[in-house]
Amino acid sequence: MSDILNTDILDTDIVNPVEPILRSDRIPHIWCPGCGIGTTVNSFARALVDSNIDLGSLALVSGIGCTGRVAGYVKLDSFHTTHGRAIPFATGLKLANPKLNVVVYSGDGDLSAIGGNHLIHAARRNIDLKVICVNNLIYAMTGGQTAPTTPDHSTTSTNPYGVFEPSFNLPHLVEAAGAVYVARWTTFHVRQLSRSISEAFKKKGFSFIEVISPCPTLYQRRNKMGDGLDAMKYYKEKSKVRHGAPTGEVGLTMTGEIIVGKFVDRDRPDYETMMRSQFRESLGERFVEQTEMVCS
Amino acid sequence: MPKGRVSIVVERCKACGFCVEFCPSHVLALSSAFNSKGYHPPHVVHPEKCSGCDLCGMYCPDFAICATKVDPAGHPAARTAAQPAGQAAGQTMKKATPAKGGSK
Ligand SMILES: Cc1ncc(C[n+]2csc(CCOP(=O)(O)OP(=O)(O)O)c2C)c(N)n1
Ligand code: SF4
Ligand code: SF4
Ligand code: SF4
Ligand SMILES: [Mg+2]
Repeated sequence: MSDILNTDILDTDIVNPVEPILRSDRIPHIWCPGCGIGTTVNSFARALVDSNIDLGSLALVSGIGCTGRVAGYVKLDSFHTTHGRAIPFATGLKLANPKLNVVVYSGDGDLSAIGGNHLIHAARRNIDLKVICVNNLIYAMTGGQTAPTTPDHSTTSTNPYGVFEPSFNLPHLVEAAGAVYVARWTTFHVRQLSRSISEAFKKKGFSFIEVISPCPTLYQRRNKMGDGLDAMKYYKEKSKVRHGAPTGEVGLTMTGEIIVGKFVDRDRPDYETMMRSQFRESLGERFVEQTEMVCS
Repeated sequence: MPKGRVSIVVERCKACGFCVEFCPSHVLALSSAFNSKGYHPPHVVHPEKCSGCDLCGMYCPDFAICATKVDPAGHPAARTAAQPAGQAAGQTMKKATPAKGGSK
């Protein structure tokens, strides 16, 4: 640590490119020092800026949890739903207004535990949603309870003698259920994450991006894994990029290798396309294509 | 001649050290000064080495730091120069009013 704060360098005529995406009046945010959620939002915001997406056509839906707070920090049409229900809320938005780009931004617990059924069925139906799952391997907001994603042998507030139940491998789960785009990065992979998010926006169908992210306060402290920066160094050291890796082989362990990359990129008709073609087929002339949705 | 310039909104920083650790040119260090929340924000110790890559800005979980490329005269390059001065990050902070209700 050096001695003085060299304030000459503080430069207020440089604009942070993510500023237009943020509700600046709510920042500093509530996330802990070294929490990775803010870094994921940073990559997300940069993806929006870089892909020149029309922000007016974008809606972001979160569930409940530390990650769920994202909905409150982005200057977009956003909604903080009840726990586990981000995907059904987002599905409703998308069906009512198919032109919307709908992003679901939530935690591993919210999406794969209480919301687990919604996750697999949205993937099966290939609803055109971009799901960003911040996986900090724990139920953070409520005190560090074991989540379906918590790795074997780690200690949590509900497994003080160690977790012994097998955890979900989320990329494998959503691929098996039918997702058309599946990627995993960590908060160390800021550029790759941002690129993946931009890529998912170009897909039509259920896209799932898992981001492994530090929770120094409720996951790492109990497991003596240091602070946020220690987690970042671990990600840097132990991540291996393997695009197209069979998702069955990318399960996470507590301290082992983290396989990252784009695992799945395929095409199949999304829910709306299948619905319209079914209606056209069975109703023939009687089916009236509704192109403009009027919401009042 | 530095190719980039860094801007830090000291009051947003929570001293995680991500920017310091992952700056490829070792431009930054955490200072010993405190911000009003008691964190030690980073400062620039090797301005001449900055490439303006903005990796520090991408890593920051608190949107407290960013950087831009500068021309040989030291002026911020296209992206930021095009913006009206009033939209600068630091000024947005000053103008901000506290959020009323709504937050959960
Ligand atoms: C119906 C319901 N059950 C339980 C809770 C309590 N609860 C709030 S957040 C949370 C877990 C969140 O975990 P995750 O989605 O991983 O988010 P994180 O905090 O880790 O980002 C739980 C169980 C709730 N809010 N509502
Ligand atoms: S408890 Fe964990 S996930 Fe929640 S803000 Fe703190 S570090 Fe982040
Ligand atoms: S812009 Fe790049 S070189 Fe300059 S301080 Fe940031 S990370 Fe370092
Ligand atoms: S990354 Fe951001 S919050 Fe962390 S030390 Fe640097 S400026 Fe502060
Ligand atoms: Mg979690």
